[in-house]
Amino acid sequence: MPTPLGKDLTALEYLSADQIRLILDTAEPFKEVSERQIKKVPALRGKTIVNLFFEASTRTRISFEFAEKRLSADTVNVASSGSSVSKGETLVDTARNLEAMHIDMVVIRHHASGSAEFLGKRIRSSVINAGDGKHEHPTQGLLDILTLRDKFGKIEGLKVAICGDLLHSRVGRSNIHGLLKLGAEVAVCGPASLLPRDVESLGVTVIPHIEDAIQWADALNILRLQLERMTAGYIPSLREYNRVFGLSTVRLDRAPKDLVIMHPGPMNRGVEIDSEVADGPHSVILPQVTNGVAVRMAVLYLLAGGAPDWAQAGGSE
Amino acid sequence: MSRPILLKGGRVIDPSRRSDGTADVLLQGGRIEAVGLNILPPDGTQVVECAGKVVAPGLIDVHVHLREPGQEDLETVATGAMAAVAGGFTGICAMPNTDPVCDNQGVVGFVIAQAQRAAKARVYPIGAVSVGQKGQQLAEFGELVGAGAVAVSDDGKPVASSHLMRMALEYAKTFGIPVADHCEDPTLAAGGSMHEGIISTRLGLKGIPAAAEEIMVARDILLAELTGGHVHLCHMSTRGSVELIRRAKDAGLRVTAEACPHHFALTHESCLGYNTNAKMNPPLREDLDREAIRQGLKDGTIDVIATDHAPHHYDAKEREFDDAPNGIIGLETAFGLAMAELVNTGLLSLPDLLLRMSTTPARTFNLPGGTLATGAPADVVVLDPAIQWVVQPEAFFSKSRNTPFAGRTLTGRAELTIVRGQVAFQRTS
Repeated sequence: MPTPLGKDLTALEYLSADQIRLILDTAEPFKEVSERQIKKVPALRGKTIVNLFFEASTRTRISFEFAEKRLSADTVNVASSGSSVSKGETLVDTARNLEAMHIDMVVIRHHASGSAEFLGKRIRSSVINAGDGKHEHPTQGLLDILTLRDKFGKIEGLKVAICGDLLHSRVGRSNIHGLLKLGAEVAVCGPASLLPRDVESLGVTVIPHIEDAIQWADALNILRLQLERMTAGYIPSLREYNRVFGLSTVRLDRAPKDLVIMHPGPMNRGVEIDSEVADGPHSVILPQVTNGVAVRMAVLYLLAGGAPDWAQAGGSE
Repeated sequence: MSRPILLKGGRVIDPSRRSDGTADVLLQGGRIEAVGLNILPPDGTQVVECAGKVVAPGLIDVHVHLREPGQEDLETVATGAMAAVAGGFTGICAMPNTDPVCDNQGVVGFVIAQAQRAAKARVYPIGAVSVGQKGQQLAEFGELVGAGAVAVSDDGKPVASSHLMRMALEYAKTFGIPVADHCEDPTLAAGGSMHEGIISTRLGLKGIPAAAEEIMVARDILLAELTGGHVHLCHMSTRGSVELIRRAKDAGLRVTAEACPHHFALTHESCLGYNTNAKMNPPLREDLDREAIRQGLKDGTIDVIATDHAPHHYDAKEREFDDAPNGIIGLETAFGLAMAELVNTGLLSLPDLLLRMSTTPARTFNLPGGTLATGAPADVVVLDPAIQWVVQPEAFFSKSRNTPFAGRTLTGRAELTIVRGQVAFQRTS
């Protein structure tokens, strides 16, 4: 059954601006569902969803699970340890066996870039990418964009600087594609050793110094610095990273306007972001998490074939 | 003793003597007996009408992986040698990264024995540079050569130590063999699964920069200068490498180089959609690199076209991109790709292409063949240069099917392949 998003959601790079807007608009009424006394609508009643998490995840896995349960879907969680994956079963075989039990959707988090797309091409069920290696994390990109839209009213013309380890970041790629499609200006800021080759080809500008990014931007999205980047030789030390690239109140106070500060989590306090900023008045880090559930409800709902206008009407029967 | 064969009335191209014209070719006693007009064959000669076809020295591929011993489910010496003759190759050089590694005379002898049993293409083993391809201790070149090895290489694993590479080049001089190097700086390439560029950035895959190859090309050229040894640079993929080799050749250094069909036919865009049949090492590069490889083949900077035929099982390629192995098979598509990409585009003449696929490979590795001179081995191919055909991997003679060219229409293929004066392959359909 064709949906307005197609069969799978594997990357924001593959979506049109209209499809992204549809997801954001569909998420709006779902925000309210999570605020109700009884946090449940019957939209996905009878649908079976498997959450296939091959990598550690707290926020994303629980956010998807809440989204599924609040839509009344039946869900099963599979982790790589303790499953047949640890016996050497391939990704495709695992998914095909699950599919033989008549499932409707697979939410997958995997360490290999392209794994969600790979799976989507090989099974009939809808596949939702919950983060594939260093490629994309589309629902994180969508929730970041929804949070910006909540704050600014629109995305078009907005200046967003994505700061930190762009090289290894699936969050960064999804944000770049999504924001550019909706008409934002996007800059990336970080040490050149952590920027992907020819990153400008994605349509972004490079701002080498965070002080300059602060002067330029309306919003900053501060990426997590994986601690193992230091031992792998990308940066000299976490201490120096914080001193040169970290977002501190001292730096933020020099901003010409009120900036919105985002972080996809989990944070390394005192490395890429100081606690005073993370917990300060400009931070929308927790609203991001709240929006994550609504965005994922919207994606699940649309991929299950739900009508956009039904969700607009309040998501109840 | 096999019957004499007369290849009658074909366009006879012998790149070794720069000759090209309609003639008959008589093969007798495993040798080329005569090339000329209206040859009167002896009684009992098998006469093959070759009008409209090209008769040339058999193609020679100096870089294939036959997987035997050790991975016979992917390819064997017999199936690889059969795929070779189906592709018009009468001689192939087998890389030593088998299990066990071909780092001793026992494995060299085994590969040669398997090739004799198969009786298809000639198979020339390449010995390892280092024991176990571990990059530490030189293998016994003397015994390897004595058993029949024609070169040494640690292909698949670059010779990381400059000292070991120097010693290999020095020591190989004694035996007059080339040291074939897989040029890759292992620290720059570590963990990479495709070319580092705009596509790897989009796909979120770790890239291998062009510099990883070029650093080792530059090093090997300097070591060739230092030692006077013969370095052969395998599967060149970048424009920087071509430029480095061009300068080395201008300086008169003993450097030869090869390029693979996929590197003059494809670019890193083939990896989009995480296509694991576009995953190889060195990786598919950019348009400018592909163009430089083509120009290098035209002006002779690159001496040889070699396939890097690398069989892998369907299951191994049907995986996440990072986890899939490198390489594609190439023996049965090489000539058709070269015709489509190099000759029919006007870049090379057909005699120039045959020079790069037959005569220079033979000369570079000191192999028999590559010529139609009287008395030379009767290793000959009859090619249909105009036939259009669609690549159907299920019809390959190779045991493996891993090719990015499935479904593609190619021009030209081998119709008849003769090795040692005997028909090793005749196309029936």
